[in-house]
Parts: sequence; C-alpha cells; structure tokens
Amino acid sequence: MLQGALDMLILRSLVIGPAHGHTIAHAIEHGSDRVLQVEHGSLYPALHRLEDRALVASFWGTSENNRKAKYYRLTPAGRKMLAAETSRWEQLVRAIGRVMKPTTD
Amino acid sequence: MAWTKFFRRSERDDDTAREIASYIAIETDDNIARGMSPQAAHDAAVRKFGNPTKVREEIYWMNTVRPVDTIWQDLKYAARLLKRDKGFAAAAILSLALGIGANTAIFQLLDAVRLRTLPVTDPQELAVIHFPRGSKLSGRFSSRMPFMTSAQVDELRKQRLDDVFSGMFAWSSLQLNTATGGEVRNADTLWVSGETFDVLGVRPAIGRLIAPGDDRPGCGSPPAVLSYAYWQRAFGGSPSALGQTVRLDGTQFDIVGVAAPGFFGVDVGRQFDVAIPLCADALLPSSRGRIESRGNFWLAVVGRLQPGQTVASATDRLIAVSPAIMAASVPDGYTSEGQQHYKDNKLNARAASSGLSDLREQFAQPLFVLLAGTGLVLLIACANLANLLLARATARQREIAIRLAIGASRRRIVGQLLIESVLLALVGTVLGMVVARALTGVLMAQLAAGMGSLFLDLSWNMTVFAFTAAVAGAACLLFGLAPAMQATAVAPVAALRAGGRGISEARGRFGLRKALVVAQVALSLVLLIGALLFGQTLYNVLTIDAGFDQQVIQVELSHPSLQPEDPVQLQIVREDLRQRIAAAPGIADAVLVNNAPLTGNWRNEYVFAEGKPEKALANFSTVGPNYFEALGVPIVKGRSISAADTLNAAPVAVVNETFAKKFFPDREVVGNRIWIEVAEGTPVTKIEVVGISRDAKYGDIREDFDPVVHLPMAQNSDGRLVRILVKPRGRMDGVMATITREVGRVNPAISIEMRVIGQSVRDGLVRERLMAALSAAFGALAGLLAAIGIYGVMSYTVTRRANEIGIRLAMGASRRGVLRLVIVEAVWLVGIGLVIGAALGLGAAKAARSLLFGLQPTDPVTIGAAIALLATIGFIASYLPARRASRVDPMNVLRQE
Repeated sequence: MLQGALDMLILRSLVIGPAHGHTIAHAIEHGSDRVLQVEHGSLYPALHRLEDRALVASFWGTSENNRKAKYYRLTPAGRKMLAAETSRWEQLVRAIGRVMKPTTD
Repeated sequence: MAWTKFFRRSERDDDTAREIASYIAIETDDNIARGMSPQAAHDAAVRKFGNPTKVREEIYWMNTVRPVDTIWQDLKYAARLLKRDKGFAAAAILSLALGIGANTAIFQLLDAVRLRTLPVTDPQELAVIHFPRGSKLSGRFSSRMPFMTSAQVDELRKQRLDDVFSGMFAWSSLQLNTATGGEVRNADTLWVSGETFDVLGVRPAIGRLIAPGDDRPGCGSPPAVLSYAYWQRAFGGSPSALGQTVRLDGTQFDIVGVAAPGFFGVDVGRQFDVAIPLCADALLPSSRGRIESRGNFWLAVVGRLQPGQTVASATDRLIAVSPAIMAASVPDGYTSEGQQHYKDNKLNARAASSGLSDLREQFAQPLFVLLAGTGLVLLIACANLANLLLARATARQREIAIRLAIGASRRRIVGQLLIESVLLALVGTVLGMVVARALTGVLMAQLAAGMGSLFLDLSWNMTVFAFTAAVAGAACLLFGLAPAMQATAVAPVAALRAGGRGISEARGRFGLRKALVVAQVALSLVLLIGALLFGQTLYNVLTIDAGFDQQVIQVELSHPSLQPEDPVQLQIVREDLRQRIAAAPGIADAVLVNNAPLTGNWRNEYVFAEGKPEKALANFSTVGPNYFEALGVPIVKGRSISAADTLNAAPVAVVNETFAKKFFPDREVVGNRIWIEVAEGTPVTKIEVVGISRDAKYGDIREDFDPVVHLPMAQNSDGRLVRILVKPRGRMDGVMATITREVGRVNPAISIEMRVIGQSVRDGLVRERLMAALSAAFGALAGLLAAIGIYGVMSYTVTRRANEIGIRLAMGASRRGVLRLVIVEAVWLVGIGLVIGAALGLGAAKAARSLLFGLQPTDPVTIGAAIALLATIGFIASYLPARRASRVDPMNVLRQE
C-alpha cells in the first residue's frame, strides 16, 4: 500500500464516529470490497503513530459484544489532516489517471 | 516528549498487549458467531491479526530510546549472570575494589601533599624566596622552614623589588604553650609579617586579620587571629571570642578576628591555631631574640609575582641584589672566612603555588613509588579478571555461537560482554571508594604519628574523581575488551560443531591466557621484591643499635624561675630538680643535659685538634656527670665526666670513638686538647680530652656515627630550658605522672613536656613503616592473585587435555609422567614470568634506592627469596591441577568421547 495511505484510510474510517481497532480493520477491508487486504496487526503501529502525532485520541470502552476494547476518535487536528490528505489524494489520483489514460483532444 | 514516553514505556506496552488481546477476543467471537469451533475461531483470529509479538515490539520501539534500552537490558542481563555466578562476581569485584581503592587512596594523598594549589587568591603567582640547596649558611635554625634571618628579610625589603613582586611577606611556624603550668598544651602558632593576609588575599570570617600596622617594633598590645577550626574548637564558633584574650607562653594576646574557613596557612600538611605578628617574639618570656640576633634563621619569605614576571625573572633579580643583602646582614661571630662564604650566597625564587611543605620532601617520592605499586596490583588484578572472563567466555561459547547464528550482531554481543565488565568495574569502583576512605584514614593516622600533627584536606575533588574514573575505565577496557573480542571471533559453525567440549579452542586465545599468566607472575615478582626490600629496610632501621638505652624519658621544663642570671644559682636550681626526680619511686636515675641524642636538638661547630692545622665539623652534647652510666654508654678509655668538673675546674671533654679516629687518627687522644673555632678577636678556650666513649647515634638513627664531643653541664650552662633525661626503674607506666607530681611540688607553674626517646624515634620511622606495611600488603595481594591465575590456567589446560592424558595413560604412560607433563608446562610459564619479573624488579628497586636502608637494591638474598617464594606459590598452584590430571581414570575419559 502507498506510503501514508493506511493512515488516511484509518482517519477516514473514524469520520463517522469512534471505533476500536477491530472495527477499523474490518471497515477498511469491507469498504474496499476486500481489495485492500491488510494484516490486521499492522494497523496497530499505525494507530499508535497517529495517536503520538495527536491526530487521534484513544479511550478504553466496551465493545458491542461486551468485550473491553480501545476506541479511537478523530481529534480536530486529525480532521484537518484528513481533509488535506483527501485533497492531496484526489490530486494524485487525477494526475495518475491523466498519465494512464491521456485524452486525445 | 520522548522521555515521558520512555518512562511510561512498559505501561504503554501493557496497553498494547491488552489491545491485541481485545482484537483477538472480538475476532474470535465473530468467528464463533459464524459457526466455527472455539479453537478454530481463535486460530483464525490470530492468523488474521498476524504476528502479535512483532506488532507489540514495533510499538514498543516507538516508545523508547533504543540505545538506552539496549544498555539497560544488557545491564540487567549481566547482573543476572553475575548473580548466578556469585563466586566469580565476588572475586572480581573484591580484587577491583582493592586495586582501585588503593590507587585512589594513594593518589588522594599525593594530590593533597603534592598537586593541589593553596586555597588563596591566584596561588600560581606565589613564589618562595630562599637560598638554594648547597648554600653555605650557619647559625641557629628554628621553625620548620628556617630559610632566612630577620636581618636578611629587612635588607630584602630595602631593595624595593616592586617591579618583580607586587607584595611580599615573611612567616614562621612555631608552637607556643597555652597552658599556665604543668603539662604543656601546645598551639600551632603562625607568626606573620603584617602584609601576609593581604598578599595571600585571605579574608576574615569575623573581626579583622593582622594588618601591616600590627607588626611594629615593640609590638604594643599584640593582636591574635584564630584559625576557623581553632575558633570552632576552642570557642564553639562564638563571636564573643572577639575581645577575649589568648595566652601563649604566658603572654596575653587580644583576639581581633578569625580567618576564613579553609585557610590553613602556607605550610601544606599542617594547620595553625593562632596567628600572631612576628614582632611578638620580643614579648615572650621564652624569647630567643630571633629578630635582633642576626644569626637566627627562622623565617620563610613568599612574594606575589607582578603580572608578566616569572620565577626565572624573579630569580635573576634576586641574584642581582643578593650581594647587597648579604653584605648588610652578616651575623655576628663569623670568622673572616665564614663571612666570605656567607656573602657569596645567592637568593633564588621557586614556585609556591601548591604551598610549601616539609612533608613533600619526605613523602612525595614514597607516594609515587606506592602509586606505582598500586598500579601494578591493579594491573595484576586486571590480568586475573581477563583470565577469568576468558574462561567464562569459553564456557559460554555455545550460547554465543547460537546467538550469532540466529542473527545477533557481533557488535551487540561484544557490547553485552563489555557491559558485564562495565558493571563489575562500576561496583568495584564504588566499593573501591569505600576502601580508599578507610585506607586514607589508616595512612593519615600513620603519618600523623610520625609528624607530630598532620592536617591534609582529603575531601574528594574533581582531580581525584577524574583519576579514579580514568583508572576504573582503563581497568575495565584492559580486562574486558580482549575476552569480549575473542569470544565472538569464532565462526558459529565451528563452535557449534565442537559441541560443548570447547575443543575448538583457538590457539591464539589460549596463548593470550598464558601470556596473561606470565605477565601476572612478572608483575607479582616486582611487588614481592619491593615488599621484601622494604620489609628488610624496616627491620634494619628498627634493629639499629643506637649505642645507648633509648628507654629514657626526656623531660623539658620551662619557667622564668628556672632561668636565674647567676650561673651558680642556675646550677643549684637545676640540680635540685634533678635530685628530686631521681629520688622519686620508680625512677632509676636522672641526668641533666642540654641536648639529648635522637631528639632533634643538635649543635655542631668547627673544631681544631692540637697539632692539626685543618678544622672539621663535630657534634656537641652538654651532659651531666652520670650521663654515660645512665644511658649505658661505656667509656672505652680514660675517664667519664665527673662531678668535680665544675665551672672553676679546667675545661674537659669526653669524645666518642669516631671523633678520636677522625681528629687523632694516629695519636693519643686522651690528654690532648681541642678547641672550637671562634671569630677573630675572641679568646679561644682549649679543652682537654679526658676520655673516649663508645659510639652512639646523635642526630638521626639512620645516619652513620658522627664525631661527638661531650662537654660537662657545669662548665657550659645555657639558661633557657631545663632538660632532664629520666631513666625509669623497670616499667614506663606511671613514671610520667610521678615526674609531673615531683615538678609540681617545686612549682606548679612550671611547664613540662615529656617524651620517651625510643618511642619518638620509632614514630619517626613512619616512612619506613608505611613503605613496609603497604608494600607487604601489595605483595601478598599480588602473590594471591598470581596463585589464582596460575591455578586457573593450569586447571583449564588439564581439562582441555583430558582426552590426550586419558589416551596417554591407556597407552601405558605412568602417572608420574603425566604429572611431569603438566608441571613442566607450568614451570615454563612461571619461569618466563620470573625472568621478566626479576629484570623489571631490579630496575624498579634501583629507582627506589633512596628509600632503602642497610641493603642494596640488588640484594641477592632478597631477590632470591622473592623468586623462591613466587616459584613455590607457582608450583603449588600448578601441582594441584596436575595431580588431578594424573589421577583420571582413562576408561572414564575415553568413554565420554
């Protein structure tokens, strides 16, 4: 996966509200129609890094099936970063698209 | 912030672990809900997650500072290993603690005596003005640094050397009695010229210090300044001390101030209690007329160099002005020849930044020698440790090989092994500081016994810390690096293939261990030779035959009533005291003397013998009639001094054998006449020699016999102190109390000072005792370490060669043959070590020649004994493993193959 893309995906999956690692992993997997297959474990160092950069904040809560779980939510800084990353990503996709499929005007 | 994360890293690691567990639990629940069996559900969850340990580690590394964490881990690991191997750890730490501690203690003393600068303003600008060694000066020398006379100092001031010195002061240190009778209580008194405190830049703690106005002719009501320590001791640090008086030799001094804490004077190794102006000499009843008498050397002068001036430029100036100073200060009573010699003397300047000290001359060299000794001990300890560590590394070879094989970097493993050494060195150093503290305490007590009093600032300073750290670091590298490098130098495959038996033993490594043993033996021999030489020296000095009975108490009595002007009255007063003491119980005899041998009181004069044109120096003792009998000195010819040799009788003398040999080599002495050289115009008194006494020591027990002339007390009275030698009947106990009581009956105001001559002579041998005791300790330690080293290596050889020995035995070799096989190897190692050590030891002994007495540094018996001793140690240490080797059961060994 592209450098920084995982971070962006995590931030994106937290837009709808706080979630724990398991939910985030499945959200990314399902959201991409199982195209993006990640080892779920690799998510956690990324989450840890985001928390260190204060883009997400964490708290311990109880999951839907009554398990203890660590929840993550977006911080305002995270929201700002997501917006920036999203527009940068869109630019990148457009740019790559133009190269891959040049319009022959 | 990384550090807050760092300190919470284990908390966060737990958090990560819980989070991972939570994921697995939720995923397992989901899987079960999808219909999997619990076990399969769990396995699938773990598979989905990936490697939990790796994830946890990855997060952990984000939270920590990697090198710190590595070192901490290694430290903990090393500590665990050492804890498991307690014997090794104890041996290592103890030998390091002793080595580092001894080094630190000796260095601390050396620093205090030799290296540290004075605690005054800009000490590097100070220079002492003195006559260099070899100057021809004669007169009366009192105080510890009798460099100059008052007349010389006055003339020096008149030269106005302001271009060279921004300031200059004269000082002296003498003891004065603070008691008003009975047993003397001495205060160390610093006599200073008015500028002293100003030039040194010392400030008062309270009140004021002695100022130029205080040191004036006549002295008025003299001021006294207390040292901070004395103020605390005698006045409890109370400000009310100001305005009180202190009584010194019966004269009152007004206390005007207290010097700043930390200022002990200019004399390193001593401290002062009270400082008084130089002019006070005129006020004391015990005055010796030091200021007026031009032949009394009692002052030392220190100048502060102007900016840009050096000791060399100051010396040039001083040499230039010396003729004028000397011409104007010639003492009275010199012959014209003596005057010419006197005028040729030149003043010099010498750096005084680290103060002056009579300790330094006596102890700087011994301390350097001892530091070399402690250095050797530490080297031997390091060699031993290196050997032990090599053995450990061999035992751990398999473990290390496995770790290298599964991807540990060599650097990491070397680091880990080194950390173990660092840990040993750290613990050893901390313990070493405790050892150093204890050792300096013992050394100080020893030194103080010989010096009367001793004051050295032994607080830890940066120099000492830096030294200890450097020593510990060097030791650590010495014993740690080689084994660590060697342990990882083997290819893992080779080590693993060799299995646990360690036969992969690289030749180089074993060669290193043997080299270490050779070095140990060599260095140990150096220390053993030193120990025996210094031990023999101490024995030689202790058993010197002084030629007289030293179990005699010298009693010094002083009081104005003991100094009548009339010489007849003087004799009556003294004789009365002598008889009272002699008649007291427990006392065999009492003798009046002016100066007793080996007490530091001496007088020498140029003497002419009749019929011989050239003069020569001879020592003088003025003694009462029963002197020779009481001290057990036989008269070998003629007669002793008798009670009939009075003031009115013809002057007589008893000379010793050396005098007779030197002054009358081929003539009869008894009946001939001698006389003391006097200045032109003074009448000569010719003295008839009436007897010859057996030689006895005079000035210092270590010196050869000098020519001595004994004069009768009654014909040569000198009226300041009454000195009586008291010979006890049997035991010393209680004799001093008896004397005090008897004198108190005559007059309780008389001051009494007593000492046993033999005791003070033995106390004065502090240098010999110190060298002998410490070098014996070093030698013993070195011998022990060498034994451990040899034993270790030979045991190891034997284990290594077990198979070979087994085969040899099976093939019919005799057990004696095997024993010889092993011993021969040890003999080679020890032999090479002994040869190298003997060469080194001879060199070292020659360098320390001046500290030896009564034997040559190349003394064959001593060196032979040291070699024999170490050879025996080596033999025993190698015999035990050799015997073990010869007793192996060949079947057993071969079956293990």
